[in-house]
Amino acid sequence: MQMIEARGLTQTFHTGQGRKKTPVHAVAGVDLDVAEGEVVGFLGPNGAGKTTTLRMLVTLLRPTAGTATVAGYDVVRDSVQVRRSIGYCSQVGSTFSGAYAGDEVVDHGMLYGMSRKDAVEHGHELFDRLQLEGLWRRMPKNMSGGQKRRLDIAMALIHRPSLVFLDEPTTGLDPQARANLWDHIADLRSKQGMTVFLTTHYLDEADALADRIVIIDKGVIVASDTADNLKANVSGDLVDLEVSSDEQVAVARDKLGSLSDSVEVEGHHVRGRVSRAGKVVPGLLRDLESAGVGLDSIEVIRPSLDDVFLTLTGRSLRDADEAGGESFDPDAPEGDK
Amino acid sequence: MTTFLRETSIVFRRQIRMNLRQPAWVLIGVMQPVLYLVLFGPLLEPLVSQFDTSSDNAYTFLVPGLLVQLGMFGAFFAGFSLIGEWREGVIEAERVTPANRSALLVGRLTRDLLQLFVQALILVGLGYAMGLRGSVGGIVLGIAITLLVGGACAAASNALALTTKSEDVMAPVINVVMMPVLLLSGILLPMTLGAGWLQRISDFMPFRYIVDAVRDVFAGDLGASTVMWGTGWAVVLFALAMWWGTSVFRKENA
Repeated sequence: MQMIEARGLTQTFHTGQGRKKTPVHAVAGVDLDVAEGEVVGFLGPNGAGKTTTLRMLVTLLRPTAGTATVAGYDVVRDSVQVRRSIGYCSQVGSTFSGAYAGDEVVDHGMLYGMSRKDAVEHGHELFDRLQLEGLWRRMPKNMSGGQKRRLDIAMALIHRPSLVFLDEPTTGLDPQARANLWDHIADLRSKQGMTVFLTTHYLDEADALADRIVIIDKGVIVASDTADNLKANVSGDLVDLEVSSDEQVAVARDKLGSLSDSVEVEGHHVRGRVSRAGKVVPGLLRDLESAGVGLDSIEVIRPSLDDVFLTLTGRSLRDADEAGGESFDPDAPEGDK
Repeated sequence: MTTFLRETSIVFRRQIRMNLRQPAWVLIGVMQPVLYLVLFGPLLEPLVSQFDTSSDNAYTFLVPGLLVQLGMFGAFFAGFSLIGEWREGVIEAERVTPANRSALLVGRLTRDLLQLFVQALILVGLGYAMGLRGSVGGIVLGIAITLLVGGACAAASNALALTTKSEDVMAPVINVVMMPVLLLSGILLPMTLGAGWLQRISDFMPFRYIVDAVRDVFAGDLGASTVMWGTGWAVVLFALAMWWGTSVFRKENA
């Protein structure tokens, strides 16, 4: 079963003052398919339309045009059924800083129609699973960033949804807390069998968690594939050979040049991009050895998703972030920009 | 309907739990009318017999005005806590649950009304200790009208909060609205003292009729035409504000 199916999903906002309203096409016709049990990373710079797309899928924002079914229900006609089936973890959080964490989770579950007893039991279970033991009567304002994010995930999971949306789950966390949260997100599918749709503007995050990566830029989907395929198709791996003497440089350049059309030489280093380096490098090494070339070092650098983004859009993600700036949705609470 | 009541009570209990954690706010809210009662009431004592009102008792005159003021001002600030909740993502989190949108508003309004009710009891109790005398039925009805006004203002405040999403916008808007309301409703002195033109302007102020109505029921004059007008206005304002509040909470409800 398709858990998410969007066709031509569009959101147009009107910004500006008085009569001079300028339409902003925050999301300009997005098609999206997510299968049951998939973990999909929705990647793009700030302001690309990630959060806006997400808000349409979780029924917080009515699409200007296009359709979407989520968990089998239409987001406009059957919004209540969609809400019952999904969990949503927004960027800004979900709990009041001055309330007890456990109370917030139980009340949230009860708004989904759970009995108090069921909500309390499942809440405690989630606290254990998400390493929040002992924090039931702690206020979010006294929690660390990582604990607060895990509490938000507990909020999103309290009613046992089969599909969960995570909006920028690790923004603003320190590296350790991030790695920890990644483990918990990975568990959602591997241990709970859930479908996970997460937005991020971190490449390593999409790389580490997602089966498939959907890249959005300026409101349009520009790519959708596994991280490996995206990288293989777009740029190839960087192979860096360090030879031991000057005269070997030319030989190494020829050998690498037969596999790559972009060879550079810098001192004793010979570099070139090679597609699927894992397959061809052993042969290359044999060739070099039989040609009498001794290597001081060899490095194979997998392309990053940043390379992918650069190839697809002509800009690096970091530059796009600086240029993109604002999130367009005037109704969304402000996230970490 | 039972689902609606259940969801309303979940929201209400959550709000009350947070309020009880900071009970000082209930008292801070009632401080202003209490100060008026204690520090302004005595000034009225020698003057009240010259007013063209149904009572010659300064406190029976003043307390109803302060009640309506409490209902308006106290409730108007209810929206500020909503902005805080919105900023922390609570409102969005509630809006992705299948809960009825109106229940999210009504649960909060119920908290505001309970708080207002407690404050009204404090004010009337203190007024009684200082000399207020009136009919019990009238006082009960007067508090009921106050709650209607308070509900209207709290709903409007919540709607305004969710529309502006900024304390910096809310505060001046409330000031701009409240000052003319306060001055033209005859809360501290009866409008009948004023010149003709001032009375004409105040004729357009719905809250003026509400203040008159509460004053008359406190004095035991339950059948006066002012009571009908005041109650009518309170009901109309309540209905309008509820409609506004609900439509804001339902906005973008896909």
